[in-house]
Amino acid sequence: MTAPTFDLGTLHGGLRLPILKDESTAQVIQHVPIPSQLILPLAQHAGEPAHPIVSIGERVLKGQLIADADGIISAPVHASSSGKVIAIEQWPVSRRLGENAPCIVIECDGADQAVRLSEPIVPFEKLGPDTLFQKVLYGGIVGLGGAVFPTAHKLMEATTEDLEHLVLNGVECESYISCDDMLMRERAMAVVVGAQILLHALRLDHCFIAVESDKPEAIHALADALTEVQDERIAVKQIPTIYPSGAEDQVVQLVTRKEVPTGGLPTDVGCLVQNVGTAAAVYDWICSGEPLISRVTTVTGDGVVAPMNVVSRIGTTVADVVNFIGGYSERAKQLIIGGPMTGKSVTTDRVPLVKATNCILVLSDTPPIGAERPCIRCGDCAQVCPVLLLPQQLFWYACADNEAKLRSYGLTDCIECGCCDLVCPSHIPLTADFRSAKLRMRELADEKARAERAKHRFETRTVRLEREQLQRAQELMKQKEQIKKAGPRAIEEILERSGKPSGPDKDE
Amino acid sequence: MEFERHDAPFLTPKVDVASLMRQVLYALIPALAAHVWFFGPGILFNLIIACVFCLGSEAAMMKARRRPVQAALSDYSAVVTAAIIAFALPSLTPWWVTATASMFGIVVAKHLYGGLGFNIFNPAMAGYVVVLVAFPMHLNLWTAPRMGDIDYQYPTIIETLRYTLTAVLPADLGFDAVSRATPLDQMKTGLSNMQTFDEIHNNPMMGSFGGRGWEWVSNFVALGGIWLMFKKIIRWQIPLGVLAGLMIPSAFTYWANPGVHASPGFYLFSGATMLCAFFVATDPVSAATSPRGRLIYGAGIGFMIYAVRHWGSYADGVAFSVLLMNMAVPAIDYLTIPRIVGHEKFETWHHKSRT
Repeated sequence: MTAPTFDLGTLHGGLRLPILKDESTAQVIQHVPIPSQLILPLAQHAGEPAHPIVSIGERVLKGQLIADADGIISAPVHASSSGKVIAIEQWPVSRRLGENAPCIVIECDGADQAVRLSEPIVPFEKLGPDTLFQKVLYGGIVGLGGAVFPTAHKLMEATTEDLEHLVLNGVECESYISCDDMLMRERAMAVVVGAQILLHALRLDHCFIAVESDKPEAIHALADALTEVQDERIAVKQIPTIYPSGAEDQVVQLVTRKEVPTGGLPTDVGCLVQNVGTAAAVYDWICSGEPLISRVTTVTGDGVVAPMNVVSRIGTTVADVVNFIGGYSERAKQLIIGGPMTGKSVTTDRVPLVKATNCILVLSDTPPIGAERPCIRCGDCAQVCPVLLLPQQLFWYACADNEAKLRSYGLTDCIECGCCDLVCPSHIPLTADFRSAKLRMRELADEKARAERAKHRFETRTVRLEREQLQRAQELMKQKEQIKKAGPRAIEEILERSGKPSGPDKDE
Repeated sequence: MEFERHDAPFLTPKVDVASLMRQVLYALIPALAAHVWFFGPGILFNLIIACVFCLGSEAAMMKARRRPVQAALSDYSAVVTAAIIAFALPSLTPWWVTATASMFGIVVAKHLYGGLGFNIFNPAMAGYVVVLVAFPMHLNLWTAPRMGDIDYQYPTIIETLRYTLTAVLPADLGFDAVSRATPLDQMKTGLSNMQTFDEIHNNPMMGSFGGRGWEWVSNFVALGGIWLMFKKIIRWQIPLGVLAGLMIPSAFTYWANPGVHASPGFYLFSGATMLCAFFVATDPVSAATSPRGRLIYGAGIGFMIYAVRHWGSYADGVAFSVLLMNMAVPAIDYLTIPRIVGHEKFETWHHKSRT
């Protein structure tokens, strides 16, 4: 049995958040029945949206490819159940920017008839890395930790670096969320075999599964699975329960004691990080031929009657999921997709559950917080910042819109974990301010780039015009000289010719 | 179903400025009680007057600046300023002295610099320095601490109140009868008169460390301060910096020549050292902001207190030290920016690379 290890790096600051997971972990994962309608957004991943390859009215089967990856970084979308495509239209979704996005709407027939696999399932050991990468790409698998970066691309990019460890992230540090915990408890073997597949594909022989110390059951289940498979390459690491230890760079820092360089990726320090859910999804696809068409989601908060973890088909609407678990409580006021620290609030429960949806959090009224007051520079924000920023100074420069200072004080290093907001006695929405400052900075950079391009165009044009003018002048000079050389007789000839209707050009 | 829209994070902060300030005030209650016990009820009158003028000035300035008056009054920051002014002034202080300190602190040092969060100087100390310069005779009159074994005359509550309102003592109680030089004054005068430290310190007035009564007020101030540290309302860097900055040089000179220098214990427990370390220097607005910066800031104040007491002409130097280090804060902050995770070091050249 692989014992949890305590050989860890340290994280600056962080917060001990209220855990609030007991309610949702009280029972096993429940399966949400197939809804009458599935809403499948074309962009459920980072990168270019997929492009639909089905037409309205077409019958599709469970697991059938309905939208193909498009562009350099993209991921395909599969039908989560069988039925008829009834629309490809704009639908409300939950994402950082914008309200609506193009979605394929499927009316389910309830038969849940699966598509026949194009290739037979072979043991993964027999597949080469490239075949595995291709397969992972076709399976529509994306990072299930929240960033939804297409897994195949992440794996392929990582092979260009000097890798040492695969890190499976089972550090679910936000309050309320427990889907990875429940997945590890109930499907530890899927996670472990998923890790083996990834190790095989990456030709690595070292993997850490990082799990927070508040999940003893998950650690135990993983340890049991590891004993069963007798794989020395995989070890479980127990991470202290401090938010945000589960953020990608932070988990690397804890597990390997190495800091991910600014603007870099964990692969720069030899680590590839994947969510435990992603590993299980890889297992499901490679070993049972089921593409990413369902996921575990925590449905919780004081706004639902019975918090629990559910497996639901991708594309099931939040309304259907909440309905299945017993509906909203009377106090439901806010609907948040994601956790309470980094999630996003949406105004309608018509939004579908997508590959990224790890949590549906329904909360009652936020307890009234006092109005925003001036910053008193108490520095508590700097005490909790996991990347050692000085949020109080950043706030100052964000107010002043001082881009240079914002850069040098590391605005771009801010991971938007929200710790500073939670300790601010003046109740300044620091994270929201930093987010908009970043946006402004990007816009400014874009504007600068545009201006630069315009300037370049203008300059090239000026140069061209000057050159043309010069050429014309030279041409004229030449002609004049030729005429002079040719003497008065020639001039007469020219004049004579110019009188003709054909014009002077004809001779040339 | 439709829902409200908010920004992440959705967990709500448990702290707020008003509760921080209130706890600072609670932490001063034991010291206030000790002060009343040893020096009479004068501080209570001073506190009331300081509160009235601080809150009044705060309200007037907010109104003049067209800002919400209620929000500023309810954050208790003006009350904290008032409390520190009350602690800094002698228990027998005419009301106009307290009022001047309060008004200058709030109007000039706080609001003319932009109000809470923008003031460079600690308002209470700025106000105190103004009255120290403007009314020197009133600030040197401390009543003798009430000790069972010292036969001395004390003004009654009524007499104290009357003095506070009119600066007149009853005919049978002259200033000489009620007031005493502070231990720091005595030490300064004594040492300059070629008395040794031990000779001066043997006076029963001197107590065991920093003067009878005085040291007990200091103890209770420190107790309140430690409670604030325990509650994480103040951090350890500034208090430790102040105490170490004062103690290390004084220990050095005392051990080098114990006869002619005051002991570190005396310095720590006399005057306003403890008040400064836990309640004045820790004012976050006018202090340095990074942990390392705060240690330096505190040490700077501690050393300046030592310098003023040791070489200066004032008996205590807390207010000057705090104001001087307030001025140094932008530089300290700039030089102590922590290294951001993932960076080699803090890159100050970023903003110079503009072409």
